[in-house]
Amino acid sequence: MDSIVIDSLRKSFHEDLPPAVDMRSVITIPKGELFGIIGPDGAGKTTLFRMLATLIRPDSGTASVEGLDIVRDYRKIRTMIGYMPGKFSLYSDLSVRENLEFFASVFGKDIEANYSLIENIYCRLRPFEKRKAGRLSGGMKQKLALCCSLIHSPSVLFLDEPTTGVDPSSRRELWENLGELRTSGMTIVVSTAYMDEAGRCDRVAMMKSGRFLAVDSPADIISGFGARLLAVRSDEMFRLLHDLRSLPFVRKCYTFGDMHHVILNDDADLSAQAGYGSDAAAIASILENRGHSGVVVKDVEASLEDCYMNLEEK
Amino acid sequence: MIEGDKAKDVIEVEHLTKRFGDFTAVDDISFEVHRGEIFGFLGANGAGKTTAMRMLTGLSLPTSGRGTVAGFDITTEPEQIKRHIGYMSQRFALYGDLTVKDNMDLFAGIYGVPRREIGSRIDSLLDRLDLMHEKNSRVRDLPQGWKQKLAFSVSIIHRPEIVFLDEPTGGVDPAARRQFWELIYEAVDEGITVFVTTHYMDEAEYCDRISMMVDGRIEALDSPSALKRAYGASSVAEVFDILARGAARTE
Amino acid sequence: MKEFFAFVRKEFLHIFRDVRTLLVLVGLPTVLIVLFGFAISTEIRNVNVGMCTQDDDTAITRLMEKVDRSEYFTYVGRYDSGADVDEAMRRGEIDAALIFSDDFSAGLMRPGGSEIAVIADATNPNNASMEVMYLSSIVSDYFREDLETAMMSMPQASSSGQVVPNLRMLYNPQLKSSYNFVPGIMGLILLLICALMTSVSIVREKETGSMEVLLVSPVKPISIVFAKMIPYFVISCVVLINILLLTIFVLKVPIAGSFFWMILVSVIYIILSLGIGMLVSTLVKTQIIATLICGMIFMVPVMMLSGMLYPIESMPEPFQWLAQVVPAKWFIEAIRKIMIEGVPVRYVLKEIAVLTLMATVIFAVAVKKFNDRLD
Repeated sequence: MDSIVIDSLRKSFHEDLPPAVDMRSVITIPKGELFGIIGPDGAGKTTLFRMLATLIRPDSGTASVEGLDIVRDYRKIRTMIGYMPGKFSLYSDLSVRENLEFFASVFGKDIEANYSLIENIYCRLRPFEKRKAGRLSGGMKQKLALCCSLIHSPSVLFLDEPTTGVDPSSRRELWENLGELRTSGMTIVVSTAYMDEAGRCDRVAMMKSGRFLAVDSPADIISGFGARLLAVRSDEMFRLLHDLRSLPFVRKCYTFGDMHHVILNDDADLSAQAGYGSDAAAIASILENRGHSGVVVKDVEASLEDCYMNLEEK
Repeated sequence: MIEGDKAKDVIEVEHLTKRFGDFTAVDDISFEVHRGEIFGFLGANGAGKTTAMRMLTGLSLPTSGRGTVAGFDITTEPEQIKRHIGYMSQRFALYGDLTVKDNMDLFAGIYGVPRREIGSRIDSLLDRLDLMHEKNSRVRDLPQGWKQKLAFSVSIIHRPEIVFLDEPTGGVDPAARRQFWELIYEAVDEGITVFVTTHYMDEAEYCDRISMMVDGRIEALDSPSALKRAYGASSVAEVFDILARGAARTE
Repeated sequence: MKEFFAFVRKEFLHIFRDVRTLLVLVGLPTVLIVLFGFAISTEIRNVNVGMCTQDDDTAITRLMEKVDRSEYFTYVGRYDSGADVDEAMRRGEIDAALIFSDDFSAGLMRPGGSEIAVIADATNPNNASMEVMYLSSIVSDYFREDLETAMMSMPQASSSGQVVPNLRMLYNPQLKSSYNFVPGIMGLILLLICALMTSVSIVREKETGSMEVLLVSPVKPISIVFAKMIPYFVISCVVLINILLLTIFVLKVPIAGSFFWMILVSVIYIILSLGIGMLVSTLVKTQIIATLICGMIFMVPVMMLSGMLYPIESMPEPFQWLAQVVPAKWFIEAIRKIMIEGVPVRYVLKEIAVLTLMATVIFAVAVKKFNDRLD
């Protein structure tokens, strides 16, 4: 059964601006899926979340959550979803425990009833129960916020950029928590600006300018990359970037961690031309001729981030 | 800028410590930042990065220890330091209701760029950023990626010896993030030293050297490749994980 | 209901965690009452009075002695000409002067009468008008007594029959200013606590983003708002009692009328102010705007147009109309009538009716405007 159906949803905040959300197709998210939405600030992620969480009404199009219409049945939807907005939303002057108790009672529940659901997350917070939420670190705050949005055992969970401003280890822990939650059958929709996190989702939607440009499993998105990708490094990374871009057979070159990623033109066949064993060897030789030392060139698999960066060109 | 005094290190810090009551936020850290390098200052939330940055930028006095930034003492000459460094934070970048040119004028004035040079510097910046056609637009109408590039350029408009970047690329498009880093490379090419914090571990790989702060102390400091070797890791992110897992403190 | 009390409990926690604000809320009225009661007084005191006459006249001497005996005035001395009086006023020697026409006593018995000019330094117009009023009342008092004596010795003089006004200050015989400002301060403080604090506390949840989470919950959003009003209602009642105790025991202003009705009027006004706070919170998005609206758009009229500082009757007509829609004006008037004049409740029914109507309308608009979505 489909947990969420989004059909041509559209929302515009200002006549002069392009719409914040402009979905042009039908997207369905089955029950129990961990669905990721990746995209930068301004892609429309928050607006989409707010519409699905019944906080704003679409200009046109429809969507349903657990079979309920987001406009007509908004009251019912509110009893069965958990929502964690991007902006930190707990009460910083209340303690960790008081926050949790409050949000439980908002849903007419007590903490004990659903404690098993949050146990794995809350155990890290337990030593700080009496601390004011405002004095927690970014990662801890997000964990507490997650507990608060889970305490009523929702069937659908919406998390809007839960890992923004959170350090890498806390981010990984948070994703591990989401993985555990998924096994309980909960549908989870989560957005993030970090491409590396999206690999943990069942399916990923790449969002840009209010639209989903690609919706698929991370593996299928990556296998659909369809261009030849090389990773290159040398001792002078900045000069290397310009040198690579000046090569006629390079379609695109950009920094990527400790290597530069290079996308070759489809028709480039360097090995045949210059008599090298591979394109990589050919490029290495060209670069060494230009005075680069410590040159490493190798073929690499595309990552989600590579896919995202090359979305528009397709 | 001090003429003739081109020491090897732009930042030198010894036994720097900051306590708040009985809480030690920064615990006896010592390190140098070399002239012309990109220095990545990493650490988990609450590890003490912000407190350390505040001391280095003259906003807060250390409880003990000493240090110099751009040749000025952090305990006795904080005002001089503020004048000789650049600073950009994701939280505050530019005044959104002023135009691109107004913002540049304002910050050039604040940092004491000589009046007769302001015009030409602004023009060359606008040229380089390809923002000439937008010079009279309000900053808030620009896309996020442009705003951040503009904020960075403004933070080095007075050609400081060192610029501090506090999570400069949060929430930015992957493509825009890369353009931003190319600007950083350009600034380094011109001789500006860069001190940067980030949560993106791929960005940490762009740095010449990185330090990892855990519980107020610097647990590791070296080039990304040396760190990866030392910890037997394939990426800086893994190094970070290994170090942060031992952290006792969750502020 | 359990959810509702969880909210109320949370609001109390917020308030008690922010001790500084709480102290200001409870302390401010105390400070205001003490300030207005003792330091900032609109009463006049220690006014130096001079006199100018051409002749030695015992009637004038006796009159000036009477002026000197009053608690407000000190007789400073005699000046020979109007120019000298002017000079003395410029030097700051005197604040007011009486100038008698030539041949004063004799002139009194003539049909044309005599003239006294009452002059006051009007740099501070409020003080000047009060000085002039007090001085004229002393003068007319004096001549009434004097006339009575004269009539006994010369009965035929009564035919020249001057009508001398008989001034009496009712309800506030000593013209104490505290009688006037206590209702005013009540109007001000209750509005401050209810309207400002509720609107800021609701808008704060919008600003921090917690409202988003609360909206996406089964709790009816409107009950979130009502839950916020309860703590401020309680604080308002505490403050009200505090003001009344201070008024009775420190300022020694007696409560002339019904205590019950006074409390009831106050409660209606508190509810009205809570409604204003809620209305403001539905219209704005940031705490700073909420503060500005409550502080400027609501406080200023309370100070200027409610009759707290300036009598409404002496305002230009448009302002008088404007004053009719200021809730504090009706509240202050009702409290004045009950507390100071001690009139039976049927004389304040109009004020009570207006306040109740206003409260109903504002609540209706606020509830209608309240949006349980973000758009």
